[in-house]
Amino acid sequence: MEMLHADGIRKSFGNLEVLCGVSLTANKGDVISLIGGSGSGKSTFLRCLNCLEHPTGGEIRVNGEAIAFKPDGHGNREPESKAQMRRIRARLAMVFQGFNLWSHMTLIENVIEAPVHVLGVERRQAVDEGLRLLQRVGLYDKRDAYPAFLSGGQQQRGAIARALAVQPLAMLFDEPTSALDPELVGEVLRVIRELAEEGRTMILVTHEMSFARDVSSQVLFLHGGRVEEAGAPAEVFGNPRSERLARFLGSFN
Amino acid sequence: MSERPNVLVQGGRASFRSLRLDAGTVTPVVAAIVLATYAALRMRWDWLGDYYPLLIRGLGMTVLLVVVTSSLGMLLAIPVGLVQVVGPRWLALPARAFCTVIRGTPLLLQLWLLYYGLGSLFPQFPWIRDSALWPILRQAWPYAFLGLTMSYAAYEGEVFRGAFKGVPKGQLDAARAYGMSGFLMFRRIWLPQAFRRAMPTLAGETILQLKATPLVATITVIDVYSVAAQVRQQTYLTYEPLLLISAIYIVLAVVITKIFVRLSGKSRDNTAFRKS
Repeated sequence: MEMLHADGIRKSFGNLEVLCGVSLTANKGDVISLIGGSGSGKSTFLRCLNCLEHPTGGEIRVNGEAIAFKPDGHGNREPESKAQMRRIRARLAMVFQGFNLWSHMTLIENVIEAPVHVLGVERRQAVDEGLRLLQRVGLYDKRDAYPAFLSGGQQQRGAIARALAVQPLAMLFDEPTSALDPELVGEVLRVIRELAEEGRTMILVTHEMSFARDVSSQVLFLHGGRVEEAGAPAEVFGNPRSERLARFLGSFN
Repeated sequence: MSERPNVLVQGGRASFRSLRLDAGTVTPVVAAIVLATYAALRMRWDWLGDYYPLLIRGLGMTVLLVVVTSSLGMLLAIPVGLVQVVGPRWLALPARAFCTVIRGTPLLLQLWLLYYGLGSLFPQFPWIRDSALWPILRQAWPYAFLGLTMSYAAYEGEVFRGAFKGVPKGQLDAARAYGMSGFLMFRRIWLPQAFRRAMPTLAGETILQLKATPLVATITVIDVYSVAAQVRQQTYLTYEPLLLISAIYIVLAVVITKIFVRLSGKSRDNTAFRKS
């Protein structure tokens, strides 16, 4: 069953074309990893999927529903209906490189914020569910702590709990471990791996090559705003066809 | 026999340690005691009996001025700061001009321009003079409240502009990514975080606002300072009334500080300034 489909996504900032037509289809339970050097457009592509960046061209379909765009009067496009965009976006939970937990709220408040105020879930129910999710990522004891008092790994696991709380159709991970100290990377990857194994649909921008190889159902290598190579992880990592990908993978060894 | 004195000495030492004060605390306290003793013994305070009803009325006006103009000023400062960060040009430019003009001219001048300027302009329009508002507009206090409110709004508008700008972009990205509308994001994420950033500055600015209130005496509003001035004129006592209202202003300033400490105490656990 198709959950997320992007077709020919283009994105320009002024004259700079960052994405020149990137496509991707995620069926339910797919884990798609986006790899590539910095400036290859992988993070921008991810941010186009939930319209944090408005794509200049291309089509996005979430759970069968296409996001409608109209010209914004400055040579770009914007979503035709903000309400539709917000409704769809709320179910594409994003996990950021910089965690971005809301710093003036405790962990549990962070987790219930979107369910209560965006999705209209009853508060008691949201708290029960939120505590269950915090338990699951191993942060039940820290439920009343503010983000500034948590380690990076704890913050990112908290951010994952916040993402799970909206019962996402698909989860978007934007380099979730890049800002972490090396010894904290493992605890976050362990949580993401569990989510992958239980059949969550995920799009993952990452520099953790061995992790991407382990958990992905499909890997996209982006270069210069295009998909240079795509395929099953064994194929992409084991037998790179282009010299660029071979060189890119070589830089990690 | 030998145990008891030991215990006493230890106990004495412990309580002494908890009372230990540094020179920075001791000096003003000693000075205040000396001054208060001198004032009580050598100065004249018999006028207090005649003037205390007036003093209390003046104090009430001073407190009312600070509370009302700071509250209204803050309500105005939030949009003034916000439109300078995200507003369209036709809103951002007037807001910036407002801040520049008000902050660039003396408050005394603004009060005079409002009171003598508007105050003498209004009666020329029959529809104002005949309106139900005229009995109010004819008095001085509306211009005092207006002037002080605008002043606070202009200074705090700048504070809020910086505070809104200082909220990390990632915090707002997360709000948008979870489907919040612009207004919901403002109400739940942006404003609370900006407020916490502005709080320490607001405390100081509100004390400055308190100390700006005596200027309203120049447009015939009776605040606590103008009562002291009246005492001076009628009793020929110079220092006594001035010392008394100095003490009153210090107490009010301490109260303002305490209120803001309590307000920001709620967010003590959250170090919004620490980079996460």
